Amino acid sequence: MAEREGRKSPGAEGAHGHSHVQGDDRSCRSVARQKSNTRFDPNSLISARGLGISRDGRDLLIDVDLDIREGEIVTLIGPNGAGKTTLVRVLLGLEKPDRGEVHRRNDLRIGYVPQRFDVDSVIPLTVERFLRIGGNEPPERISSILSDVDASYTCEQQLTELSGGELQRVVLARALLRAPNLLVLDEPVQGVDYTGEAELYNLIGRLRDHHGFGVLLVSHDLHIVMAKSDRVICLNRHVCCSGVPDTVAQHPAYVRLFGAQAARALAVYRHHHDHSHDIAGHTHPAHDSAGEDSGAEGGSRA
Amino acid sequence: MVRALVAGLGLAIVAAPLGCFVVWQRMAYFGETVAQAGLIGVALGLALQMNLTLGVMLIAIIIACLLLWFSRQKAVALDSILGLLHHAALAAGVIAVSMIGWPPVDLMGFLFGDVFAIAREDLVWIFAGGAVVLAVVAWLWQPLLRLAIHEELAAAEGVDRDRVRAVFIILLAVVIAVAMKIVGILLVMAFLVVPAVAARPLAGTPERMVVLTALIAVGSVITGLWLSATLDSPGGPSIVIVMSIVAGISLTMAALKGRQ
Repeated sequence: MAEREGRKSPGAEGAHGHSHVQGDDRSCRSVARQKSNTRFDPNSLISARGLGISRDGRDLLIDVDLDIREGEIVTLIGPNGAGKTTLVRVLLGLEKPDRGEVHRRNDLRIGYVPQRFDVDSVIPLTVERFLRIGGNEPPERISSILSDVDASYTCEQQLTELSGGELQRVVLARALLRAPNLLVLDEPVQGVDYTGEAELYNLIGRLRDHHGFGVLLVSHDLHIVMAKSDRVICLNRHVCCSGVPDTVAQHPAYVRLFGAQAARALAVYRHHHDHSHDIAGHTHPAHDSAGEDSGAEGGSRA
Repeated sequence: MVRALVAGLGLAIVAAPLGCFVVWQRMAYFGETVAQAGLIGVALGLALQMNLTLGVMLIAIIIACLLLWFSRQKAVALDSILGLLHHAALAAGVIAVSMIGWPPVDLMGFLFGDVFAIAREDLVWIFAGGAVVLAVVAWLWQPLLRLAIHEELAAAEGVDRDRVRAVFIILLAVVIAVAMKIVGILLVMAFLVVPAVAARPLAGTPERMVVLTALIAVGSVITGLWLSATLDSPGGPSIVIVMSIVAGISLTMAALKGRQ
């Protein structure tokens, strides 16, 4: 399985010619560096090579390679302080890396859902206005996208009146209004309860199926994210390991980082979700084939 | 009296959008520090025999840039730096002004304003400066609002936050310098912030909040100056007291409504 994946998606993992699960041992990383540092993946929406950031003598990111292709859900996990948000900020262009480069495809349009969206109760703003500001989208499009995220009923409400889950969906709607081909969500489930979390991930998966955009999802939660992702990248300042959810969970680096219990919880989750339903009700086998589908999809589009 | 009224009303309208943005971006303390540093600008103006309004403007901009630069370090919260600096700036300003022996300076006038001593030249500053400020605010309304809603999101969507912020700081410095004549550097931020706070519970959109802020400020200027003339109380403080009473009523009503 690992080999097939490697062939079909010549990304960060494929480029250095062995299993797509990168170990964090030195030899592996040095190989990855020699071969991939110089070459961006031309098919990727966004392609980063050798990213490094240091602040006050401390390394926040060390030699991070990352590719996100169209239609692909990439989940970035890692403990607190692993540099997940820093990496996102670099990819968004909000922060300049000290080392390495980010290559963005010419037609890249990012829709961004930030980590914390504390609505400042001091700004009076309705949902409709929040979505309209800075874009001047026609009202029909706004209401159609609001209904895509199941939030039509919030249109006339003040942002401050929304629950955590509603607010996240509205911010997601704002990101979708930009017609992105890459959606970046930084820990979108903060302040959302467990059911809301599952719903939000289902929604993101559905939207991906429908629009075909790439998704970069930052998460600290291992149980829910994994099932929806085509690829998981495990970050602890450097890329510890990456791959499709089940392989990554068996990787020693993953187990070391999150403990055997997290890996077991994941296995339980997979058991419950060995298939998924798309928007039309068709059943798909989860994980493995999903990863390959998106790889092939990305290839044919490029 | 007429000149005081005209100046106060002009400033009330110019200050309204700035006051709203100060409240939205939680920059009241920031503005306070910049305003209090204005006294150093007065001293500078006196020493160099330049226009005092220009001196205050210049120092306000320098201090604001310094504060923005400080806020980039993460070791100490900006809040603590502001707490330290706004007293230091005031102290430095009082010392600097008092060390300049000639011409004699009315320190109280700079601290609390002297609205009845407004000269024709000050009116020109208020209306010419005010027109420019309002025009720029109107021009940058969308990016300013987006930054106030969520800075990172706006930046990720392509708003040039450094440039917009820099323009805002300059506008703030202009308004502070102009308003100093009327309400003094100690009450400038109150003149900006209090009407906006009073307007907030009554407004459903950002634009309506600005209009309400302006209306509350206009009403307060009229009532405050009338009080001042009737009771022979200082003009600037009287205006601010009226604003505060309106804000108190507005917030109390909002709290009562929230409890139901």
